Amino acid sequence: MIHVENLTKYYHQFCAVDQISFDVPKGEILGLLGPNGAGKTTTMRMMTGFLAPSSGEILIKNLSITENPLEVKKIMGYLPESAPLYHDMLVFDYLHYVADIRELQPSVKPGRIRDLADLCALNDVMHKTIGELSKGYKQRVGLAHAMMSDPEILVLDEPTSGLDPNQIIEIREIIKKIGKEKTIFLSTHILTEAEATCDRIIIIHKGRIAADDRTEKLIQTAGNKSVINLCVQGATFEEVNTLITGIPGISRTEKGEEGGQTLKLKAFCDVAEDLRPAIYEKIKATPWLLLEFVRETRSLETIFRDLTKEN
Amino acid sequence: MHRILQIFKKEFKSYFISPVAYIVISIFLLVTGWFFFSSFFLYNQASLRGFFSLLPFTFSFVIPAVTMRLISEELNVGSYETLLTLPVLTLDVVLGKFFAAVGFVAVMLVPTLFYSVSISFLGDLDWGPVVGGTLGALLMGAAFSAVGIFASSLTRNQIIAYIVGLAICFALTLIDKMLFFLPSRALAFFQYMGADAHFQNFAKGVLDSRDILYFLSVCFIALYGTSLTLQERD
Repeated sequence: MIHVENLTKYYHQFCAVDQISFDVPKGEILGLLGPNGAGKTTTMRMMTGFLAPSSGEILIKNLSITENPLEVKKIMGYLPESAPLYHDMLVFDYLHYVADIRELQPSVKPGRIRDLADLCALNDVMHKTIGELSKGYKQRVGLAHAMMSDPEILVLDEPTSGLDPNQIIEIREIIKKIGKEKTIFLSTHILTEAEATCDRIIIIHKGRIAADDRTEKLIQTAGNKSVINLCVQGATFEEVNTLITGIPGISRTEKGEEGGQTLKLKAFCDVAEDLRPAIYEKIKATPWLLLEFVRETRSLETIFRDLTKEN
Repeated sequence: MHRILQIFKKEFKSYFISPVAYIVISIFLLVTGWFFFSSFFLYNQASLRGFFSLLPFTFSFVIPAVTMRLISEELNVGSYETLLTLPVLTLDVVLGKFFAAVGFVAVMLVPTLFYSVSISFLGDLDWGPVVGGTLGALLMGAAFSAVGIFASSLTRNQIIAYIVGLAICFALTLIDKMLFFLPSRALAFFQYMGADAHFQNFAKGVLDSRDILYFLSVCFIALYGTSLTLQERD
């Protein structure tokens, strides 16, 4: 559905997007993650034809956005970041205007607008000017704008930014609902959101792709690494260290705080397998007392932090 | 065509939603009416010459105010991105907005018909110059609108857009009165560049293809410049 190859964008000397390539098959919800300034918005602007790429190719259903801008824009709906819309227009007028530009037939137009107003819960604000709406409502008008012609591809730039928790859940529900039939490409920097809505995640950092995988797999690889927190009484760090690092799969240990007779330490595991039984067996053979024993699996958040850390 | 029409409709409508349109039209009518009628009875002639001779100057001040928000506001709010990712081309946007501005100028000129009608009761009005002058005013209004839209595409600040538009329109109006300062070789060129002389031909009731061509080429160059500026905005 979407094919991006070696996409590069320079703003003067600054390279915002650096040779990224990916494919999005039909019906996938793809999340683009990255810290601020990673190139998410620039990538989306190039995909929707707002910016011309410095080099590289974007094919939407085998059509090039630079050669067939009109055809491509017709099959794509785009919600720009923070939904910039005409402040002096009524919501009702604006939706009609978008419907007219998108060449909706007069017979289906009122029905479509009514459906979208229901879907995005806009019925209470149809008669208000966009300028007086709250951020959440503006975002919903933007979403209705993007979905007007029932496009096959939806590109949403931070669709839930600035919304309250209830609205975030509502918008996620909407995205999931339409994502069953449509291809959705969304950017976010809220990791739980990506985890909850996206089938696949691309993490970009400084204009390059740092990771690109199915959401479950990405979390699984993150889960391969785990940390076991221990609190032991009656032992020194050196003793515990030699005992535990002997277990295959433990890469290293780290000394935590030491108070009175207790010692806290962390053991880092590299394998997916839970190493707690092995550690417990070892410690059982010693006269030490085990006070705490917790395993932390690493979430998407840690993987994101690792991949996008400075230096 | 369909896309240009939709953008035209939206822009034309939004002129009359905000109070700006009514303020601009009132000021235009006040200024032209005052300067025209304050000396009208001294000449004792039933003609609109006084009105038309001042029109290039009033247009230089008024039309950039009509066009200043057309593109710079979109750039400032960011709605330009929303607009351009709908299935439209840059040229559709530029032309739609241009025709909306021309439409607004036409609406602004409608009340001035009362000048000619009321004068025709006072004396024997020659309708030739009136019709020619109105047509010329429309063409000049179109040319100045194109210049104003060009100025508006250069910046996201409406005040700068207004001042740049005003400067260009004013320069076009005045340039053939400044020939004294210019090198003799370029005289013919700069004389042709002046908007005032071309417009005054219309106001005399003379329809010359050179004058029509002049205004149309100003429109073309300014709109082409606008579309280039917008396409190169990365």
